[in-house]
Amino acid sequence: MTDLSATDRFSPLHQIHVDGGASFTDFAGWQMPVSYGSDLAEHHAVRTAAGIFDISHMAEIQVIGPDAAAFLDFALAGKISAVKPMQAKYSLLLTPEGGIIDDLVVYANGTDEYLVVANAGNRFAVVPALVERADGFDVQVNDLSDDISLIAVQGPSSRAILEATAGLGILEGQTPLDELKYYWSTAATFAGSNVFIGRTGYTGEDGFELYVDVADAAALWNALSAAGAAHGLVPAGLASRDTLRLEAGMPLYGHELGLDTFPAQAGLGRVVALAKEGDFVGRAASEAGPAVGARVLVGLTTEGRRAGRAGYPVFDGESEVGVVTSGALSPTLGFPIAMAYVDPAAATSTSLTIDVRGTRIPASVVALPFYKREAK
Amino acid sequence: MADEKTLQYTAEHEWILVDGETATVGITSYAADKLGDVVYVDLPKVGSVVAAGAIVGEIESTKSVGELFAPVDGTVLEANDAVVADPSLVNSDPFGDGWLIKVSFSALPALLTFDEYSALVAE
Repeated sequence: MTDLSATDRFSPLHQIHVDGGASFTDFAGWQMPVSYGSDLAEHHAVRTAAGIFDISHMAEIQVIGPDAAAFLDFALAGKISAVKPMQAKYSLLLTPEGGIIDDLVVYANGTDEYLVVANAGNRFAVVPALVERADGFDVQVNDLSDDISLIAVQGPSSRAILEATAGLGILEGQTPLDELKYYWSTAATFAGSNVFIGRTGYTGEDGFELYVDVADAAALWNALSAAGAAHGLVPAGLASRDTLRLEAGMPLYGHELGLDTFPAQAGLGRVVALAKEGDFVGRAASEAGPAVGARVLVGLTTEGRRAGRAGYPVFDGESEVGVVTSGALSPTLGFPIAMAYVDPAAATSTSLTIDVRGTRIPASVVALPFYKREAK
Repeated sequence: MADEKTLQYTAEHEWILVDGETATVGITSYAADKLGDVVYVDLPKVGSVVAAGAIVGEIESTKSVGELFAPVDGTVLEANDAVVADPSLVNSDPFGDGWLIKVSFSALPALLTFDEYSALVAE
């Protein structure tokens, strides 16, 4: 049984999940739904129809003030000042040594107001780092995580579901959902309060993420669920979220990303804007790059049904050349997939194996992502 | 489907149905729920000699791997090919069609009753 401690945190939607038959897992100190019965069914629903996820554990940090853009250009690896109002951008918070404190999504609400969305487990690393880096900038860093709930609706039917949701209306002058591009956002109202909607997600499908006041989260979840019933929408937990993001080749902090990982090793060199003007935290280390011979992230596929999993060693012949960081039997593809850090020479090897609990299983290096949705 | 109350259990979340000198072994619904959707089952070969407590198989879900422990000293009489072909039986009918192996034995170790096992998972 899960041991609950006094420090466990519960989503504002917790009772809905209990009533929905969810099983729970600890995630960064939060008791979050891992599935509502069948994680495979939830995975397939997101690929073919839609799933609704409670990701209220994510951290939302507002950055506001005349220097907000310049500050984020300094504090983060990306050129945030080039992000247009209502656009979103995937970015990284680096250490001075070039390692990754967190991967983030930054939404520009205007030219002097941004919302930085961080992983739940990194909230208390990201907020102090931003506050410290704000020294000398005319900017405020406000941790709004306790006030904002985050609901993701993901899957090919997600737009139709949002459009059919009673009480959810796009604000006058804001982009309607049918014109909203991937990695852009819009503003809506629901039951008289503001809802901020990003066409973003972590599943490799079309989808939306809805930021809502915690007081309105349950009503919004129920309205989305009611509208989604006719579209095959199912509640989906963290287990399917993990297999979905793995198929989409998206890194998970603590698995593919960490303080000792350079973005370039993770295939995220493009996220570090070395061409932007001015200094930023981690610039010198990023320009120098990882050490020669540093391991690189690759995608691996194997035959059969036994998946290589986080921590399993990767061999090239008899030499241990790497380690798996995430792996599962891909529900969509039907064969095992894994991400692994391997020595650079092994990234082109055709004789890799994964040691799956004592059995060496041949593995092929493939380009990421493993799964890409069909373009419309 | 066996009556859960008449089964015996181990702390490793396996159930044992004793019939003469044959023990039928499966994992409990609690264990199946904790694993999530089972996608791969590896069972010992018929005829293999197993020792109580030894790992003799694997039950793998999308998100984790569970080990199958032999609950008794004995010889594997039968492995359930149906769950190898369709691992979802472990989730849909853990106490019935989702059984895993049958083992012949001469002596039973101490096992948990239904009430004792229920108390264990309620902790």
